[in-house]
Amino acid sequence: MSTVTASKGAASRGTAPQGAAPKLKTSAMIASFADPGQKTSSAPFGHALVKAAEADPRIVGLTADLGKYTDMHIFAKAFPERFFQMGMAEQLLFGAAAGLAETGLVPFASTYSVFAARRAYDFLCLDIAEPNLNVNIVGGLPGLTTGYGPSHQATEDMAIFRGMPNLTIVDPCDSVDIEQAVPQLAASDGPTYLRLLRGNVPTVLDEYDYTFELGKAKVLRGGNDVVFVSSGLMTMRALQAAEALAAHKVDVAVVHAPTIKPFDAATVLAELNTDRLAVTLENHSVVGGLFETVASAVVSAGLGKRVVPVALPDEFLDAGALPTLHERYGLSMQRIVAKVLAELG
Amino acid sequence: MVVVQDQFTAGRVGETVKDRIERVAAAANRIRHHALNMGEVQGQGYVGQALGAADMLAAVYADQLRYRANDPEWEGRDRFLLSTGHYAIGHYAALAEAGIIPVEELESYGSDDSRLPMSGMSTYTPGMEISGGSLGHGLSIAVGIALGLRHRAQSGEGSSARVYNFLSDGELDEGSTWEAAMGAHHHQLGNLTALVDINALQADGKTDTVLRTEPATEKWEAFGWYTQRVDGNDVGALLAAFDNAAARATAVGRPSVILCDTKVGRGVPLLEEREKAHFMRIEEHEWQLCRKQLTAGSTGKAGR
Repeated sequence: MSTVTASKGAASRGTAPQGAAPKLKTSAMIASFADPGQKTSSAPFGHALVKAAEADPRIVGLTADLGKYTDMHIFAKAFPERFFQMGMAEQLLFGAAAGLAETGLVPFASTYSVFAARRAYDFLCLDIAEPNLNVNIVGGLPGLTTGYGPSHQATEDMAIFRGMPNLTIVDPCDSVDIEQAVPQLAASDGPTYLRLLRGNVPTVLDEYDYTFELGKAKVLRGGNDVVFVSSGLMTMRALQAAEALAAHKVDVAVVHAPTIKPFDAATVLAELNTDRLAVTLENHSVVGGLFETVASAVVSAGLGKRVVPVALPDEFLDAGALPTLHERYGLSMQRIVAKVLAELG
Repeated sequence: MVVVQDQFTAGRVGETVKDRIERVAAAANRIRHHALNMGEVQGQGYVGQALGAADMLAAVYADQLRYRANDPEWEGRDRFLLSTGHYAIGHYAALAEAGIIPVEELESYGSDDSRLPMSGMSTYTPGMEISGGSLGHGLSIAVGIALGLRHRAQSGEGSSARVYNFLSDGELDEGSTWEAAMGAHHHQLGNLTALVDINALQADGKTDTVLRTEPATEKWEAFGWYTQRVDGNDVGALLAAFDNAAARATAVGRPSVILCDTKVGRGVPLLEEREKAHFMRIEEHEWQLCRKQLTAGSTGKAGR
């Protein structure tokens, strides 16, 4: 890191003086958020798509020059005649996906979330969502899963997409969620958006009595003092934080809500309608994501319940190494524990 | 019940070239009359575009397109995509001419609860393949449809149907049009034909003052397309171009484009000579005059 960048960072964020600790490297674009030694599964989306395609000949795959980086290459290798490379042209990617669906096929179209949400929105909205076509949008690098900065960090993708009628939004936690979600996305009518986790993806939910059901939230563990409502990779952090809080004699329930839209308000509100501290946890901006989804459900039901968000701030995030950034922006397990303890006083 | 009523390419059995041109020109004339009648209901609108594109639409629906009027979703049909949603007035007229929607329904154009909204949408109208209107979308969707039809044909399910995308020279402003142009060539979608209505007019004025799209021919050629440029109001020239495109149409091959220079308001001198406007206002007393001029111009030439 250059001196200029470091001093700018130190000045604007008040971090420790240079040289206090070794600086982590941004490293690869696709930095893994798996913990050292954690059980992982390789390219769960790609393998799940191959399996689904073996059962359903309507499934085709396409990408915009990001097959290797969205695990679509697994599908391309297994079914070269059912894979279409559309080049670095996201408007064409999603317009063509609509056309493929018009002929009765079931496309899975992958790119990074930023390009799907920001660059190709008009094509997703009018060509896919308005005619309610079964096109499955697969977005890599959701939220803060890359240290490349705002060009690649889709911190507001759910905020952008939640306003789109007909679109189902899925924010999976781990490889179990992804493996089970893919065939359900293919089978469901209408368009879906999957916040893809790719590469070596943590395997977490196999240790719980859990199955992914499209449109459903699930209680992963009960607890008397605090209720976590989480989605995406933050469910993994929520479970870790719940374990850590047990050492502080704080009993935490965790509700995993991987389908953001349509939202399973019934399950979530039943858990929130208690005296426990309510916390939402998401790998997304505090604007327009899980927190606001839960908040609107709470207000609509007249619960009058305070909800504490753990979410990314409403700002363009720094570049850097993921562990550094997750700590900086409050997504790390330690920051969650500290926030809950502070809330409980 | 499926009634077989296909229209096939390149004229009818036993038809002379002259007969064919007259038949298509007569269809264009009826499309223009329909468009004037629809325009009068609204008092204004995209009549100029409909009149300008009527010959292109007639060549498609009266001569080229394979379809079944009473089964618009027939799997084996050729696809005609209207990317320019605001040309719906002309497209509805062509759909009526083709027998896909009743002529009487045209008077509901742009009215509440009509199946014929001002901007064409697939969810409203039989025979309307896509929802256009956000310009620069049609060709991308056409790429996907052509890919999908070819893919399904390989597995014995689909057809060798052709895909036509109607777009305007204004849509050449949109980057997505060129993404799709590259994609169609890359994937060698030889059953895809783009029809570009070059009326040299956009919402804010003449195309060459808004954003220069010329030289259009060289651009399409450079993108690898089989490119023809014709007078889009010359039915004979249009049919010859369509025949050339049809002769080259193949599952794997170069996509083709027919660039059609047209005149806004064509067939009605009053409107041809008026200051050109994207959204044309026509006074109440002028509609009958427009119809008279249209009839006078076509009598003895293309009437029947």
